[in-house]
Amino acid sequence: MLKTKSGSYTLLFIVALLALSTFLGLEKPEGASVAVFLAPEVLFHIGSFPITNSFFWSIFLSLVLMAGAIKLNYSIKQQPGSFQNLVEAIIEGGFKFIGTLNRNEKQAKILFPLVFTMFLFILSANLFAFLPGSAAVTFDGSTLFRSVMSDYTVVFMLTLVSIVTAQVVAIVANGPIGYLGKYFNFSSPLAFVLGLMDIIGELSKILSLSFRLFGNVFAGEVLGSVMLFLMPFFLPLPFMFMGLLSAVIQAFVFSLLTTIFITMAWEAPPPKESPVAT
Amino acid sequence: MDVESARLIAAALAVSIGGLGSALGEGMIATKAMDAIGRNPEIQDKLGPLVFVTMAITESTAIYSLVVSLIILFV
Repeated sequence: MLKTKSGSYTLLFIVALLALSTFLGLEKPEGASVAVFLAPEVLFHIGSFPITNSFFWSIFLSLVLMAGAIKLNYSIKQQPGSFQNLVEAIIEGGFKFIGTLNRNEKQAKILFPLVFTMFLFILSANLFAFLPGSAAVTFDGSTLFRSVMSDYTVVFMLTLVSIVTAQVVAIVANGPIGYLGKYFNFSSPLAFVLGLMDIIGELSKILSLSFRLFGNVFAGEVLGSVMLFLMPFFLPLPFMFMGLLSAVIQAFVFSLLTTIFITMAWEAPPPKESPVAT
Repeated sequence: MDVESARLIAAALAVSIGGLGSALGEGMIATKAMDAIGRNPEIQDKLGPLVFVTMAITESTAIYSLVVSLIILFV
């Protein structure tokens, strides 16, 4: 697959970085136990507001993304440099992909910024977890860095953004009466029960969407630390490669499902005489 | 049976039974994808991302049970 010499050098470099990161992870003062934290650790308080390590890193990541966007915005050129070229390629690919999901180009243009920002944020949050040596940086005894998506509150809020947007879009597209009529349908007993089932379906979207992302990232972290505990330095490496793969795929799947939910909500209500195909 | 051993058995049962279904499902997806690529090798580039996405969605039930068993074990 890697035909060029520089490509194989890059691969070697990545392997060396990963090995180094596991080595640095060994120096954590853990003793002989597997450390699993479900809740983020509180670093310090501002007033009575606790600053946790995942909050700190999500703010930091947002600032990095914003700084990149602002820098690009001011240095945008007719003949793009390497950074602008890269970003343009990524954004064009993303827009084309959303175009295949939502055929309506006007809707795709409105939808794209939200979904793509989600994708970039989740992707950078997941990939920063593989930064070598990040586990060695501590503040007051707790690690300064925490993989942001392994904190359930962050994932839950992202999911709420996507689900609430889908519901608002459905209300705007169908009108308030049509929106309520979708769930409280009095035309027949069967339709009424099916409408109530739809409410449960909408609520379960929140759980399934958030657990999918959270579970993958959190399980990857736990798997890594257990493997590190069983046999340090070499055993975690294949799991880290799998983690890199799932980091990209989960970011992709989250934004893909958000796109699909919003697109489904945006569709015009089906005409009365045709049976509803689901 | 005391509570500690019950917790261990519950975690093992959760992840093993929960993983079964998604393992079968992912196998089916892989089989069908291989079939399609074998019939029409040019489709490989288009099929790759779709296979990954559907596998990730199918895997989610296994992930739910993994999360449940981790919560049973560590919380």
